[in-house]
Amino acid sequence: MSALIDIRDISVGFVGRDGRTREVLRNIDLAVAPGECVGLVGESGSGKSTLALAAMGYLKRGLRLLNGSAAFNDTDMFARSRQELERIRGGQLALIPQNSGQSLTPTLRIGAQLREALRLHSALPADQHAAKVIELLGHVRLPDPEAIVARFPHELSGGQQQRVAIAMALAGEPEALLLDEPTTGLDVTTQAHILELLRDIAAERGMAMVYVSHNLGAIARVCTRVVVMYAGEIVLEGTTRHVLKSPTHPYAQGLLASIPKLDDTALPIALDGRPPAPGDAGAGCAFADRCALVQDRCRTTRPQLAPSEIGGTVRCFFAEEAGRQQGQTIGAAPVRYAGGGTMLDLDDLSISYAKPRLLDQLLGRGAAVPPTVDDISISIGKGETLGLVGESGSGKSTILKTIAGLLPPAGGTVTAGDRPLPRTVEHRDPGQLRQIQLIFQNPDDSLNPRHTVADILEQPLKLYFGLSGDKLRARSAEILERVRLGAHYLGRLPSQLSGGEKQRVAIARAFAAGPEIVLCDEVTSALDVSVQAAVLDLLNDLKKTQGTTYIFVSHDLAVVRALSDRVAVLYQGRLCEIGQTHQVFGGESHPYTKVLLGAVLEPDPDAAPTLAADDVVERAPPERGCPFQRRCPRRLGAICDTDAPPWQSPEAGHAIRCHISLEDLNAD
Amino acid sequence: MTEIAATPAENTRLQRALGVLRDVMARPSGAIGLTLVAFHLILAIISPWIVPYDYKAMDSLLMLKGPSGAHWLGTDHLGRDVLTRVLLGGREALLVTGIATPIAVIWGGLLGIFFGLVGGRLDEVLMRVVDAFLSLPWILKMLVLIVTFGTGIEVLIPTLAFFYGIPVIRIARAATHDVVARDFVSAARARGHGRITVIRRELLPNVLDTLMVEGAMRWSWMLLAFSSLSFLGFGVSPPTPDWGLMIADARGFMSFAPWGVLGPVIALSSLIIGINLTADALAKALGIDRAQKAPV
Repeated sequence: MSALIDIRDISVGFVGRDGRTREVLRNIDLAVAPGECVGLVGESGSGKSTLALAAMGYLKRGLRLLNGSAAFNDTDMFARSRQELERIRGGQLALIPQNSGQSLTPTLRIGAQLREALRLHSALPADQHAAKVIELLGHVRLPDPEAIVARFPHELSGGQQQRVAIAMALAGEPEALLLDEPTTGLDVTTQAHILELLRDIAAERGMAMVYVSHNLGAIARVCTRVVVMYAGEIVLEGTTRHVLKSPTHPYAQGLLASIPKLDDTALPIALDGRPPAPGDAGAGCAFADRCALVQDRCRTTRPQLAPSEIGGTVRCFFAEEAGRQQGQTIGAAPVRYAGGGTMLDLDDLSISYAKPRLLDQLLGRGAAVPPTVDDISISIGKGETLGLVGESGSGKSTILKTIAGLLPPAGGTVTAGDRPLPRTVEHRDPGQLRQIQLIFQNPDDSLNPRHTVADILEQPLKLYFGLSGDKLRARSAEILERVRLGAHYLGRLPSQLSGGEKQRVAIARAFAAGPEIVLCDEVTSALDVSVQAAVLDLLNDLKKTQGTTYIFVSHDLAVVRALSDRVAVLYQGRLCEIGQTHQVFGGESHPYTKVLLGAVLEPDPDAAPTLAADDVVERAPPERGCPFQRRCPRRLGAICDTDAPPWQSPEAGHAIRCHISLEDLNAD
Repeated sequence: MTEIAATPAENTRLQRALGVLRDVMARPSGAIGLTLVAFHLILAIISPWIVPYDYKAMDSLLMLKGPSGAHWLGTDHLGRDVLTRVLLGGREALLVTGIATPIAVIWGGLLGIFFGLVGGRLDEVLMRVVDAFLSLPWILKMLVLIVTFGTGIEVLIPTLAFFYGIPVIRIARAATHDVVARDFVSAARARGHGRITVIRRELLPNVLDTLMVEGAMRWSWMLLAFSSLSFLGFGVSPPTPDWGLMIADARGFMSFAPWGVLGPVIALSSLIIGINLTADALAKALGIDRAQKAPV
């Protein structure tokens, strides 16, 4: 017995409407040794989650096993009885899903849920369960386990919920863990902490892990071996170092090139096109249509997985050429701000979600709690791109909503051009409305599913320019061309588009208004990395041709770095630091900026994140002093709790709000 | 960019409706359901011309006779042909509920959308009133109105439309809440579209699907309610044939003449099952049911 998980020649598929069987997984072999950690990467739809679930003997509804087996401890999971599966799943073989908040039972306290896991999957006598629960919660580094036991899942933050899920998986003393995008959707700092935890636990217990993720940075941190999947098959397999440093498959190269990196000033390179739908891969190489090295042979013959000279196995006829070519293309240079008048000015802006209590209302007072966003003064030049960064809850999106007029400010003013903007959309004139456009995070939510692309684009054109008839149609087509979609997309519904295409339509809708200011709210975070690169490239192009001013909100610092001229760092709705991108990302930094930068994961097995501060989520800003006082790794003392820190400027255009002197900040 | 294989990319309203209809028919539940409903509707329209006997014609020599060549479903306690009365017995019910259902869906839907949009405290207060109303047994509420205003189509239609519109408020409000929270509504607001445009263009198309399915469900409930009222003697007055009334009349003789009950029972339940199956398939075709969708 060598492999713990031994998947042999597995094919999984579903029967489509047309009666054809469409394969989601095609003849996959995967063996995981005890204690080994294997990463599964690929774009969405590549079959990576399906493969991980198949290792449990589980297939999503509608899918069926077409061929092969998935052995765990030498017995095929698909051949086991229901009782056996129930015993193994959650016991020897545990799953940690992407969104633990949804997999925990909302009406049961954390303690009860963990005790249930122990009752089902551990040999421990019942009277020791309570103590074991505390031990498990401590093990996943949850502060104050005794208090957590009595909480309900909704009372925990996303990171804490994920830790509880890990504790629950550990309850059965598993031999292997299956992790399905366990850190996607978490803040960078939380993500880095969870990954460190997983690394340590796996090493300590000699546990095997199958780690599914689209994030190569996360994979680099926890996995020793990486399997790259494309269109339901393995295209490259090798050690993490081999796959990330010298990938021999063009797809893996493209995937790596599309990741924005912190130390890279050029834009990431987009991987054009999209993978074939299940069952549409044809006779040749599934990647042929998107490959730069494609030859006639690739379209007619399917390459087989073969050992590559550099190491690992690869499914490509031209692996050697691919290996040589690696890292030769350079991404487009981002358009830089050349100076110009002020376009948008935020003056002492504060925003509050809290409603004043009835008594306060009667007395004409505002709410007693500190405002969600406070004391924001930023001036943005014409054609400049400002990046807004911070963890979730830092008020980034809230500020965009206020600028767009969807949420009235509690105090302060927003000035666009030379005119102050009325508080909400209802009071703004058509010129002001047209001037500012907002692009949302998730195009599935921001495009009406019942409107065709034409309907969607025509709305701003009719509203702002009064176009109709042929002119309207022609203009819509022209705008679509500008986001690199053809006019034949006009008749489609959002459900007939891919994720990247949807976001392009959303971008096209914003640019249809001919805006001067475009607010981008996490516009790439719902997209695959390859698609993200294409969207960043598009935004950069539009900036070049339209001279648009952007405010670019993101929790991903590398993405912000790629596009921004200036960066503002927010914590709990308060500014910590603002400056030119190179100033914020290097030299003196606010302790919070340092924490954020340290937590960034690079797709490099040699880069380790530094975890300076706890990943505790604060629900409200402190009433006095520095907003970062409770988590700051470089706290000075009482002064941080009582006095608002002063703005200090190391050089022109760079300002840091901290009590620590500039020399000391620099010394770090 | 690679392009999606040339799918016919016309998405007019008519094509969508036809697509949904095709989808409904492609499902076993939809095919069976729609066939049953269509069968009943056609029979209700043509029955006066195809019935073998006069529905009022009594024959004291033929009381409670079992099925025969002359009377396929036998005769009732007054010697009337059961088949004739079953064929005609759904006309009144379909007419009344066919008018009352759209009224219920329209007024309940409009009010629900309004509540959903207003939100806040007013919405909470009004919804508690709705809840209070829903907590009373429906038959009680209806009997009060019918006893006060009398029976007859002119009372039954508004009564049914009123009471069956109330649950629609709930559904429409919930659907509105779901849609209002979505970014495309914020996007339309941020662009500066007027309130009416936002409701008409962004909200309604997404709420209407839910209301359509809800309407079908309400229709089947209403048919059941109408038949129950007839059964209790508050619906159709004799001698007009009606399934509820026929069941009431024949139930005393069920032990030795079950055909008198069986005919109308099968007719009524097949219609209701047909509507429910159709509603089920419709919900699936429109993608608004809770069951899982196809993988990938």
